[in-house]
Amino acid sequence: MTELTKLSAVEIAGLVAAGETSAVEVTQAHLDRIAAVDGRVNAFLHVDGEGALAAARDVDARRAAGEALGPLAGVPVAVKDVLTTKGVPTTAGSKILEGWRPPYDSTIVQRLRAAGTVMLGKTNMDEFAMGSSTEYSAYGPTRNPWDTDRIPGGSGGGSAAALAAYEAPLAIGSDTGGSIRQPGAVTGTVGAKPTYGGTSRYGLVAFSSSLDTPGPCARTVLDAALLHEAIGGHDPRDSTSIPAPVPDVVAAAKLGATGDLTGVRLGVVTEFAGEGAEPGVLAAFNEAVDALTKLGAEIVEVSCPHFKYALPAYYLIGPSECSSNLARFDGVRFGLRVGDDGNRSLEEVMSLTREAGFGPEVKRRIMIGTYALSSGYYDAYYGQAQKVRTLITRDFTAAFERVDALISPATPFVAFPLGARTSDPYQMYLADLFTVPANLYGGPGISVPCGLSGGLPVGLQVMAPTMADDRMYRVAAALETAVGTLTPPEL
Amino acid sequence: MVAISREEVAHLARLSRLAVSEEELDTFAGQLDVILQAVAQVGEVAADDIPPTSHSVPLTNVLREDVVTPGLTPEEALSGAPDAEEQRFRVPRILDEDVAS
Repeated sequence: MTELTKLSAVEIAGLVAAGETSAVEVTQAHLDRIAAVDGRVNAFLHVDGEGALAAARDVDARRAAGEALGPLAGVPVAVKDVLTTKGVPTTAGSKILEGWRPPYDSTIVQRLRAAGTVMLGKTNMDEFAMGSSTEYSAYGPTRNPWDTDRIPGGSGGGSAAALAAYEAPLAIGSDTGGSIRQPGAVTGTVGAKPTYGGTSRYGLVAFSSSLDTPGPCARTVLDAALLHEAIGGHDPRDSTSIPAPVPDVVAAAKLGATGDLTGVRLGVVTEFAGEGAEPGVLAAFNEAVDALTKLGAEIVEVSCPHFKYALPAYYLIGPSECSSNLARFDGVRFGLRVGDDGNRSLEEVMSLTREAGFGPEVKRRIMIGTYALSSGYYDAYYGQAQKVRTLITRDFTAAFERVDALISPATPFVAFPLGARTSDPYQMYLADLFTVPANLYGGPGISVPCGLSGGLPVGLQVMAPTMADDRMYRVAAALETAVGTLTPPEL
Repeated sequence: MVAISREEVAHLARLSRLAVSEEELDTFAGQLDVILQAVAQVGEVAADDIPPTSHSVPLTNVLREDVVTPGLTPEEALSGAPDAEEQRFRVPRILDEDVAS
């Protein structure tokens, strides 16, 4: 039989359904793969072998009993360590949550279980999802399977690297400024940020609540769509969850896979198609645009004049919200407590706990946010960033009156060497240049492999109107038929 | 021009409940200055008459019927606490000695 770890989720589910393999066999193959390669990749912070095999046995038993199971039953999935998992360690990549075993499952994880997927473990990430390379994890960086001296993107580098290293066929990420799409792009995998509110934030460790969006990661567009369908939809436990059905992303991916984009109008964002991206990325992007034209799409250029302010606006809004959200890490209800010697005051213990528990990037963002929200600076920083957010939304709205979807490179550069950007935090922020506008607007975005530059993957981003997630899957699936999936070198 | 001084960073750290070291203050002062100067670009946009956006989806109060649903037990809720006593979170003292006595 073909190596089980090289198969897509659709193929695995098909074999399990046909009785040609079992969920236990599939799970064991992936656990073996993790044991063999993760020492070199560090995609996982925690592998739950026992839990995974128990879940797999359950799927096999239900199938044997004749139960009708869903389209992803028996398929292994890796979950970013930012989502709570009952009884399974959840750290968000931070020392402040080391050893914490949440008493409840996030909605996303509940839905993964209900779909019959098998959770292999929790994946590495930049601490509290703040970063673009996974180097800000308190547990050491994840390495890119394409070149283990390079970063796998961030913050969800663990999830993307697990896919590229064939340690899992599916993974969950969360995207606040690009943390699903950017790792997808630089590892040659598919990463989709759903419409904000289209996937539940219940049990997602909060970073920036008006932007945080959990979403699917996979090696193929159809696999991502199936995972999106399984986890998406209204959740009464999330007050910003949209009470509407998930757009039919699976049908859209299948339609796209016919390779016909006749009648589809795609806008190339002028501001993102010139300066800002390195030449190799632009070359791969331009070839993909030609491919989309050959598939029948009509390409027009669309200017979004405020997009150039998206990065500064994002790096004010995100830190502002994080400075408030991370106040909950006070050494009282969960996680670390430092310096409680019976003499120190609560405030001193809190300050020592946070000093010891948070890494430098988290501290920087908390302080930037505290600054931007302080009375003398509020109007010039946070208030102004919120107004820019309005203007960016208007750019999107105007663009979608002319085109069905917008396209751009997903990232300005390919995977960079470990350590290349850690000494200058703002250089790290530039990795999010093309992904942050969609977060500020709230619409969906997907990164799909579009070629190589210097032997490293390049991603094309498709952005669609809010609650039109299906459109981006159609375009991404069509491009996939022309480009194919990218295969990394053997580890 | 410097956007933020070392003293201001020390003040921010205190407001943020971060007991940062002197060495960290030196590093952070330079880094925060670079970041703040970069993000200050938002000020280039003429936006006086533009309303702010806090969320991309319209926010409304979400109400539900006041009925009991299953939740965490006290033991589960306290399971991650660094310190607990009599089904409560136990915290370090919150008042000064002389006030407390």
